[in-house]
Amino acid sequence: MDPSPPAFLRFEAVGKRYDDVHAVRDVSLDICSGEFVALVGASGSGKSTLLKCINRLVEPTSGRVLLDGEDVLAGPPAPLRRRIGYVFQGIGLFPHMSVAENIALTPRLEGERLPEARIAELLELVELDPAMATRLPAELSGGQRQRVGVARALAGDSHLLLMDEPFGALDPITRGQLGERVRRLHDDLGLTTVMVTHDMAEALLLATRVLVMDAGQIVADETPAALLAGAGGDIAQALVDVPRAQARQLARTSEGIGE
Amino acid sequence: MSALLDAILDLGPQLAEHVLLCAAAVALGITVALPLAVWASRSPPVARVALGFASLVQTIPALALLALFFPILLAARSIFGEDLPTLGFLPAWLALALYALLPILRNAVTALANLDDELIEAADGLGMTGWQKLRLVEAPLAAPYVMAGIRTASVWTIGAATLATTIGQRSLGDPIFAGLQTQNWVLVLAGCFASAGLALVADALFGLVERGFAKRRPALVITGALLALAGIAGAAMSLVDWRGETRETVVIGSKTFSEQYILGRAIGTLLEDAGFAVEYREGLGSAVIHNAVASGAIDIAVDYTGTLWANELGRSDNPGRAAMYDQIVSWEQENTGVAVLGRLGFENAYGFAVTQQTAEQYGLETIADLAAVAPQLTVGGDPEWFERPEWTTVRDAYGLRFGEQRTYSPTFMYNALVSGEADVISAYTSDGRIAAEYLVVLEDPREALPSYDAIVLVSPRMAEDEALAQALQPLLGAVDVATMRQANYAVDREDDKWPPERAAQWLLEQVAP
Repeated sequence: MDPSPPAFLRFEAVGKRYDDVHAVRDVSLDICSGEFVALVGASGSGKSTLLKCINRLVEPTSGRVLLDGEDVLAGPPAPLRRRIGYVFQGIGLFPHMSVAENIALTPRLEGERLPEARIAELLELVELDPAMATRLPAELSGGQRQRVGVARALAGDSHLLLMDEPFGALDPITRGQLGERVRRLHDDLGLTTVMVTHDMAEALLLATRVLVMDAGQIVADETPAALLAGAGGDIAQALVDVPRAQARQLARTSEGIGE
Repeated sequence: MSALLDAILDLGPQLAEHVLLCAAAVALGITVALPLAVWASRSPPVARVALGFASLVQTIPALALLALFFPILLAARSIFGEDLPTLGFLPAWLALALYALLPILRNAVTALANLDDELIEAADGLGMTGWQKLRLVEAPLAAPYVMAGIRTASVWTIGAATLATTIGQRSLGDPIFAGLQTQNWVLVLAGCFASAGLALVADALFGLVERGFAKRRPALVITGALLALAGIAGAAMSLVDWRGETRETVVIGSKTFSEQYILGRAIGTLLEDAGFAVEYREGLGSAVIHNAVASGAIDIAVDYTGTLWANELGRSDNPGRAAMYDQIVSWEQENTGVAVLGRLGFENAYGFAVTQQTAEQYGLETIADLAAVAPQLTVGGDPEWFERPEWTTVRDAYGLRFGEQRTYSPTFMYNALVSGEADVISAYTSDGRIAAEYLVVLEDPREALPSYDAIVLVSPRMAEDEALAQALQPLLGAVDVATMRQANYAVDREDDKWPPERAAQWLLEQVAP
């Protein structure tokens, strides 16, 4: 076999055990620069744990995670995390800081001041009015808050974006819009994105590669097109069947109205 | 009403020292509690131990906690040297700081433990170091709750600091204790109002800071903090002696009853006339005053031979009045360096007193007569009495078995006797109320009760001071029990009450016309 260049993100036999429970077992995986990877699975399948092994919110009990060829456990966690954008369902905007202060946090941790123009630019990237910079998080809607959360994750100029159920708490319309927006940012900014979701439809619509997890292991690794064509095995197909059945039902309903 | 106002307005120095003491204690409490709270938030065992300790401290009565620091500091002298103060500011400061610890610690630990998990995940996920997380997230979000703890601690401390009087630290407790002893209720009220007023002001200012933190309005925080600092600075400024005089000050200590206040003032007046600068430490506990003189925390005190005989020499025999005095003088010389300047002339001994009516009803003349009817009677004593060896000695010498036994503060003991709550009390023989209430002091034919000659003690530092000894000469051997009773009664009586200063003046006129 040809020695291929090291992957941007590599999992080598990664496992995480809590006492007797194996949350993640023996996951080996390469993710290339520029991929949009969705981690899909039922609750408790280990997808969030696997994601958090990347930015060390969880430390694996066996195996290792390599980012740009370096073990993420090698140095202290703080500088590593500042290089990685992180968006999660809880959003976690700091209530005592304005929108601008929240966005400027990652550079501030490095002792740098983020210029106002850059804050305005980031707000525009997530389709928010730059005038919102002075507001407090409590004055924003849930969708607006998560947009700020995404802007904050991008402020560190990170190349890697980790998202843990990022749109889980949002209403369906906001959810769709923000998902599309993130996908476009992923393309425009040349990001590598790993997104955890339990919604297969969201994964199929946004990702370039879908990993299906079950009981701590990856049971399918396919493109959206292949999954829709029936690849990936029973567990993956059971997940794909949900939106497929919904789509068929919707189609039948609209035909019924048309006749 | 205007007397009360005057009394409150007279409390300037006490208020200033009270403010400084409380500020220092709360500041120390904060300095210890906040790092401890951060440590506790990172380590559950530390949280358990720290909160457990602080709660334990809180269960110790404040008065006992203050008193406990005297022996603790005395023991600490083996490490820090003989100059370590054992009375006054240092023990009061340490004890009150311990007291302030719990509310600050508990609020800070609770606030840190209850921070939103999502915010902690965001802080970690963004790449904050432990210190950045504390500074940028935990501290600002916990601030209102921590401030609420500081506010509670301040109010508690201001209240508890009135007890610092008993260990020789000037505070708003001075008028309360002095007033309680001399039944001067105006003085008691003045002290209460002043300390309650101070507590309300502190509560309002820290409330402002707390609201400022909660509503994220820095102006409120700064206003409240600046006003509080201005008050503390004002208190400090008011205590600075701008005349810059460097006269050496003689500190006169008094225990917590009228006779002691009067004698202290009389001694002070004589010393001032002789050119000494004088300071008073009034309301000291009877148990600490001898050690206070020996350690140099105070320079002069009046104590009683029987008290020293039992407490300091640890003796329970009774060699007779003169022999007891001589032995105490040489014991002090050999063991403590305290000089006994001389006897004042009167005794303030323990004796059993009954009302005339009781004496007639049971035919009581001596303690032996009392023993026969004791089971039908209630005996009252001051809080010390039933713990003292004299009580055990006299009880066993006469076979006293009282029906009931109660303790009263010395002030209320006589009221209890007159009102019939107690049938017999352990009275003090120089007490003015004996004459005033026509009480009968029972004779002690078996000489079970030792003598209590009033003597003047001088600290080792001033022991050799000729001018001081000279100045006090007129008092020695010159105060007979009738004169002392009269002076005491002038202070203790309900109507036309004299302040101790005036009684002291009157006493001096009798002694050295």
